[in-house]
Amino acid sequence: MFYVELLVIGLVWGCMYALMALGLTLVYGLLRILHIAQATVFTFGAYIGLLVANRTDSLPLAFVVAALAAGVLGPLIYRLVYEPILDQPPFVPLIASIGVLVAMEDGFRLIFGPYGLSFENNPWFTTTLAFGGITLNLVQVWMVAAAVLLLSAFALFVVRTRAGVAWRATVSDPVIAQNFGVSVVRVRYLNFFVASVLAGIGGVLVGLLNNLVEPSMGSVISYKGLAIIVLGGLGNVPGTLVASLALGVVESFGSVFLDKVLDRDAMAFLFLIVVLMVRPKGLLGGAH
Amino acid sequence: MDYYLSVATFAALNVVLALGLNMISGFCGQVSLGHAAFYGLGAYAAALCSVAGVPFVASIAVGILVAGAFGVVVGFAALRVREDFLAIVTMGVGFLFLGVVRKQSWLGAEMGISKIPSPLDKTGYALLAIGAAITVVLLSLHVRRSWMGRAFDAVAQDEDAARTIGVDVAGYKTTAFLLGTATAGLAGAIYAHMTQLIVPDAFNFVQSITILAMVVVGGIGSTLGVVLGAVLLTVMPELFRFINDYKLLVYGALLLVVMRFSPEGLAGLYRRVSGRRLA
Repeated sequence: MFYVELLVIGLVWGCMYALMALGLTLVYGLLRILHIAQATVFTFGAYIGLLVANRTDSLPLAFVVAALAAGVLGPLIYRLVYEPILDQPPFVPLIASIGVLVAMEDGFRLIFGPYGLSFENNPWFTTTLAFGGITLNLVQVWMVAAAVLLLSAFALFVVRTRAGVAWRATVSDPVIAQNFGVSVVRVRYLNFFVASVLAGIGGVLVGLLNNLVEPSMGSVISYKGLAIIVLGGLGNVPGTLVASLALGVVESFGSVFLDKVLDRDAMAFLFLIVVLMVRPKGLLGGAH
Repeated sequence: MDYYLSVATFAALNVVLALGLNMISGFCGQVSLGHAAFYGLGAYAAALCSVAGVPFVASIAVGILVAGAFGVVVGFAALRVREDFLAIVTMGVGFLFLGVVRKQSWLGAEMGISKIPSPLDKTGYALLAIGAAITVVLLSLHVRRSWMGRAFDAVAQDEDAARTIGVDVAGYKTTAFLLGTATAGLAGAIYAHMTQLIVPDAFNFVQSITILAMVVVGGIGSTLGVVLGAVLLTVMPELFRFINDYKLLVYGALLLVVMRFSPEGLAGLYRRVSGRRLA
């Protein structure tokens, strides 16, 4: 039973990682940028969600506003930071992205204070549900639900809509897509919007789960997100989802069995290094 | 006076660290986001030796060797994975180092190692660090001009082409990691003895990024540019109190601005103004 519980907790975290990593892998697939500044969007979403929730006492409204605010910030980062340096070697946007991440961490500290803020009223945190002996709180249930719903919606969007087709065309060959009349620039904005909305919602969920929103909350998740997309084989969406769930489970078991030798946050990277030494292109890499 | 000596010592140590990273990332083109791990390896290895009673010079040598040995291992990883994959792997190496050190009681866990014997006074450490910095500057200038420097350049520009014309890519990559990480070990060993106390957090991701910022602001690939970048980023927070309080804000913004307007850093600016390359 204990193992089942570990597995479930691992999968819950895996869903959280999937929300974060899908955005990262989308950005990478389109622009070959390791978008580490996604952490900034994540934390920003969490703060906005918290402020709205504490003012209006409505969590659904908090999610909507946070998602939209994050959805504005992401494309803004693209426009101001990445667009002017797209033709530079890959380390240039990566370092610029790290710059945004570390600067904004201090920025949040400056604006919202160093100690973090809590939700005044967090009903999801205190409500627990039992599933045949395994107890989860409502935030964890919503994490899974949000991941399943949003990722399914995304899959439908990509397969069924014109914009989705344009997107896939741009990812596989931007030049030919442009020749067929796809606005590559619009696809990029859409891409950052989607990635950022997912990150913003993830931010509010993690804020609710810890009942704490603090300036550095995004960075560890974003580092792990990078580990995940590398594990999944950069730009590979199914690989990313598999790697997210796998990492969640590895962490959850590792934090029990490897607790004496390794810090929880380092496990992702141990897993990453071991996998990459065996499969240098990631778990599902080399498929295309 | 003591204050100026300690600023000078840190500036010199940062020059050593930044030049080491520059050999890996600038000369040989292998982006590394975990340089602080090797700084930490050198510091921990030297500290353990000194605490166990090993003489000062031997402890420093052990620090260099341990960091260099692990550097070669990571260099092997660089043979398996490339570019963006490698950037994330090296970042992972940094987190793995911290994650392991934090849990080991024989390494002092979160409390680190304290009461490290310190045989020199402040002036002694300043001279030692400056001596180390000058040595590494000369080494770096020499490597750049040597056959090995050209081979590094070939690997950085196009690995496959380099291999085709017979450059031993694997050998040069590993050598670049060995040189870069061994110098980081030297800086770590000096740092451990000077402060007499080391904690895991001194070697975290932010430290790696700080070293990277020095390289990037100075101009990736240029020895003198990187020296300038390291000195500037060490001294600036000391000059302006505000910067010290919001160091990360300033470093982050600097990284962003340099990447946006002059990806070749100060060395790039110099070239644009004077028309000549900075060594």
